[in-house]
Amino acid sequence: MWLNQFLVLGAVLFCIGVYGVLARRNGVMVLMSIELILNAVNINLVAFGAFHQTPAGQVFALFVIAVAAAEVGVGLALVLLIYRNRSSIDLESVDLLKG
Amino acid sequence: MVAQNIFFGIIAAAMVLSAIRVVTTKNVVHAALYLVLVLAGVAAQFILVGAEFTGVTQVLVYIGAVIVLFLFGIMLTRARIGQEMDVDNERRWIAGLTAVLLFAVMTFALVDAFEDTDIEANAALAPQTTQAVSDSIFRDYLIPFEAVSFLLLAALIGAIVVARRE
Repeated sequence: MWLNQFLVLGAVLFCIGVYGVLARRNGVMVLMSIELILNAVNINLVAFGAFHQTPAGQVFALFVIAVAAAEVGVGLALVLLIYRNRSSIDLESVDLLKG
Repeated sequence: MVAQNIFFGIIAAAMVLSAIRVVTTKNVVHAALYLVLVLAGVAAQFILVGAEFTGVTQVLVYIGAVIVLFLFGIMLTRARIGQEMDVDNERRWIAGLTAVLLFAVMTFALVDAFEDTDIEANAALAPQTTQAVSDSIFRDYLIPFEAVSFLLLAALIGAIVVARRE
């Protein structure tokens, strides 16, 4: 197997996630797109770990998984708070700081 | 080698199609379920590359916990079950252009840098089994590990405080 197979797959997932973050207006869907981005990074970490034959790639992938779990918890709490205050999770309507 | 490449291709195609559905479907619940397919594909790729512990953790943490959290989030924000017409904003074409250009640049850089490097080129060195991973976590990366566990605790307490009703 080529190293580039995994790296290009990671790049595809990353770009799909970037599209989702930019194009979605539902807060939960933006968080899902962020999960796609984090998983793309994990694929790269594990592929490079296998390439260099070091467990460090897997260790950092595990750290990313843990941080992603924490991020989803806080992110969904924030989305819930937005919903409670505005009765909608449309991110286009969250523009109080807009000049 | 050939069998591995065939399975890689099948799993990768399923993952990319599901990922595209995650960011294009108009149904929030369907997006979460397509995300399950992508995450399971990532776990399968981990196992394909020999990282079995990370693959199992991926299934446990992502499919077991994160997706359930997402479904709870969808339920609590009362997103309508079914078609929603306004899940995309009006910048979707420029967003698609950004993604395609980013992908072109990344792929060019990767192909230029690694060309046809074989992933098993130096497989004679130390294997990266679960034992090696655990030794590495609890010896070389003990302090980052403790920092991550503290971060997880702080984030979960923070999430409870933020989402609590007054």
